[in-house]
Amino acid sequence: MNLFDILGPVMVGPSSSHTAGAVRIGLMGRKLLGQQPTNAEILLHGSFADTGTGHGTDRALVAGLLGLEPDDSRIPDSFSLAKERGMAFTISPVSLRDAHPNTAVLRLQGENCPGVELQASSVGGGRIQVDRLDGISVKFSGESNTLIIHNQDKRGLVSEVSSVLSFCGINIATLQLFRDKRGGTAVMMIEIDHSLPAEALRLLEKLDGVMKVTYLQVKE
Amino acid sequence: MSFQSTGEMKQLALERGIPLWQAVMEADAEEQDITPEASMEKMRFIWEAMKDAIRGYDPNMLSRSGLVGAEGGKMEQYAALGDTFCGPFVSKIVARALMMGCSNACMRRIVAAPTAGACGVLPALLYTCWEERDCSDEEIVHALYACAGFGQVIANRASISGAQGGCQAEIGSAAAMGAVALVALKNGTPEQMEDACAMALKNLMGLVCDPVAGLVEVPCVKRNVIGAMDALSAGDMALAGIHSTIPADEVIDTMGRVGNAMSPRLKETAKGGLAISPTAKAFTARWKAGEE
Repeated sequence: MNLFDILGPVMVGPSSSHTAGAVRIGLMGRKLLGQQPTNAEILLHGSFADTGTGHGTDRALVAGLLGLEPDDSRIPDSFSLAKERGMAFTISPVSLRDAHPNTAVLRLQGENCPGVELQASSVGGGRIQVDRLDGISVKFSGESNTLIIHNQDKRGLVSEVSSVLSFCGINIATLQLFRDKRGGTAVMMIEIDHSLPAEALRLLEKLDGVMKVTYLQVKE
Repeated sequence: MSFQSTGEMKQLALERGIPLWQAVMEADAEEQDITPEASMEKMRFIWEAMKDAIRGYDPNMLSRSGLVGAEGGKMEQYAALGDTFCGPFVSKIVARALMMGCSNACMRRIVAAPTAGACGVLPALLYTCWEERDCSDEEIVHALYACAGFGQVIANRASISGAQGGCQAEIGSAAAMGAVALVALKNGTPEQMEDACAMALKNLMGLVCDPVAGLVEVPCVKRNVIGAMDALSAGDMALAGIHSTIPADEVIDTMGRVGNAMSPRLKETAKGGLAISPTAKAFTARWKAGEE
């Protein structure tokens, strides 16, 4: 465990998993959508549903969707902030199968963009994991710079993507592939060591079979 | 590198001929691939955030359940009368540990140390030493490194999560870290830090995590006080030259083992301990009904 996971994070209380982690899940949803949602359907599972109100999990998720960081003192007031900023939201309990007790599902809609649905869990100490993305089982934490490519499941695409990255001087740290069915929709989850140049993003978007490219930058 | 034993930390300090806190700091810089100065800057930020958190306490706030909020203010007022059993220095620590626990429950900005539920122990001790004992910011930052190193060993060998190890893993770990920090502030030896860590952890061993209604309020806020008191006494015992018969690493392993042996009912699930006392059950039922 990192030294600053022992002393830290600096956060709004009361719980690293139920509050700080929930903010991070909201932030992840916002990043995956690429903008502030206009409409958010928030579903809470397990302990998030049982003790979420007392831990401010509901306000924390909304705060994250608004782009607030886990140490932002405005988290307790996120509901009124959402109203000011024109983000509509609903919160309700849900019962999921085989999900971590601290799990939320976010169905997000934005302006002039396809919506996003993610299922993410708060796995302790404020760290999170995305478990499902747009109906496909995935597994990533967003702690490293991550490239998420929605694509058609077809031969050779992984090779083309890695060629583009290699051409742009990017080293792949980890690579995971997920798909809903053979020949269906697939997702490539690529963690990279450095930041992605804008040029690489353009080249990747042009590749035949690539449906959507999302880039999460967490480190320079 | 992430330290797996207290011996590893001592060894690295010895090899490099530097104080233990600096060995922990350099190891962090190497692990994160940043300069030592950048790591120091992060730790100064943590310390400043602890100070802000102490100063930001408001005795008029109330947690969402209404169970906690004013305790820190009450203790501060009582301590100001000057007739406490604990004396002025310790009474301030008691008040500040309560303040931080209350602020956390009331969704204020705090530093998880090592967890949010145990966020009061270290700032209560360090802020009061900084204010009353003329410890400099730099000395406190060094002490924070030393205690974070021990915290890392506890996390790696046992646990710092109430859900995994009970309250002994949260308040117990915070107390052990606090005891190490106090020894560091007095320029104690690495062996004294080990003794302090071991004694503080031993003296809260077996403490269960039994939050009423699953909230980080009762008994969590007040357990920050016992964590700070445990740290004070263990720190002083170690500085007095009193040894822990069982070495720190073995005590840490034992804490992990005791945590594994604890029933899940006693590990943050609110299904045992104080959480199922008649008063807690009645409160939980009322609160849930009010929520819906």
